[in-house]
Amino acid sequence: MKAQVTVTLKSGILDPQGKAIEGALKSLGVGGVTSVRQGKVFDIEIADGDRADAEAKLKEAAEKLLANTVIENYRVEIES
Amino acid sequence: MKAAVIVFPGINRERDMARTLKLVSGREPAMVWHADTALPAGTDLAVVPGGFSYGDYLRCGAIAARAPIMDAVRAFAAKGGLVLGVCNGFQILCETGMLPGVLMRNAGLKFICRNVYLRVERSDTPFTRGYNAGQVICVPTAHGEGNYVADADTIARLEGQGRVVFRYTSPEGTDSPEWNFNGATNAIAGIVNARGNVLGMMPHPENHVEAALGTTDGRGLFQGLVDHLAAAA
Repeated sequence: MKAQVTVTLKSGILDPQGKAIEGALKSLGVGGVTSVRQGKVFDIEIADGDRADAEAKLKEAAEKLLANTVIENYRVEIES
Repeated sequence: MKAAVIVFPGINRERDMARTLKLVSGREPAMVWHADTALPAGTDLAVVPGGFSYGDYLRCGAIAARAPIMDAVRAFAAKGGLVLGVCNGFQILCETGMLPGVLMRNAGLKFICRNVYLRVERSDTPFTRGYNAGQVICVPTAHGEGNYVADADTIARLEGQGRVVFRYTSPEGTDSPEWNFNGATNAIAGIVNARGNVLGMMPHPENHVEAALGTTDGRGLFQGLVDHLAAAA
């Protein structure tokens, strides 16, 4: 089973890297970009089995390690 | 003082820390490997030193915080043991949840390696009794992720409870955004936990303890710990 965990900064948390990327896009002439926030994507393969179990495991992984929930949100998606 | 210095792969300041602990306390600290599950018997100070544990992968300190030895450090702190985290050590203690908040990328995005000035906000902690409240000390700093961030409630609690013990200031000790080089909330350089037995700080007091290096402003922290433990014994 293939899954993805996406980790993003919570709103209100300053993201200097995102700001720098936003500035670089502007200087490249890529118009219309009003905001950039940088995050992380984890591509995870998980042994086939119960989908609900897999989702619970991925949530545990995100809570315990992949995301720092002080500053980050996460989203779990399992490919069908 | 029986100190234990925790060693993770990628840490590079553990020898500076060990040298300082030996110099000030007269006793060689134990070097404790991250995969160990216990601190040496009789340990009265656990130190999480600086460096780049696990190459700063995922988030600074994130993987080290989940190492087996950190359960022992957490249990040691829960029993009132003194824990000092410097630089990556501060990041690791935040990642374990032993200290609140998180160290984000410096506001200017640059790794900053130079001497900085800290105002010691209080002298009534085991870590700062070697200083006077309001005293300004000069210590080196070397980090890319030292911008302290926490939610507004946490910051209010830290400030209200007097848990900000070191703050970046001018050499004269005045608050100034220009001297808050990494953009930390309220220029926070070091905090203690609610019980006051765990300190995390970004700059490196262990590197300013010998006169040959110009100043010995960092010495007070270690001498204070030695005195505190001698008084408690």
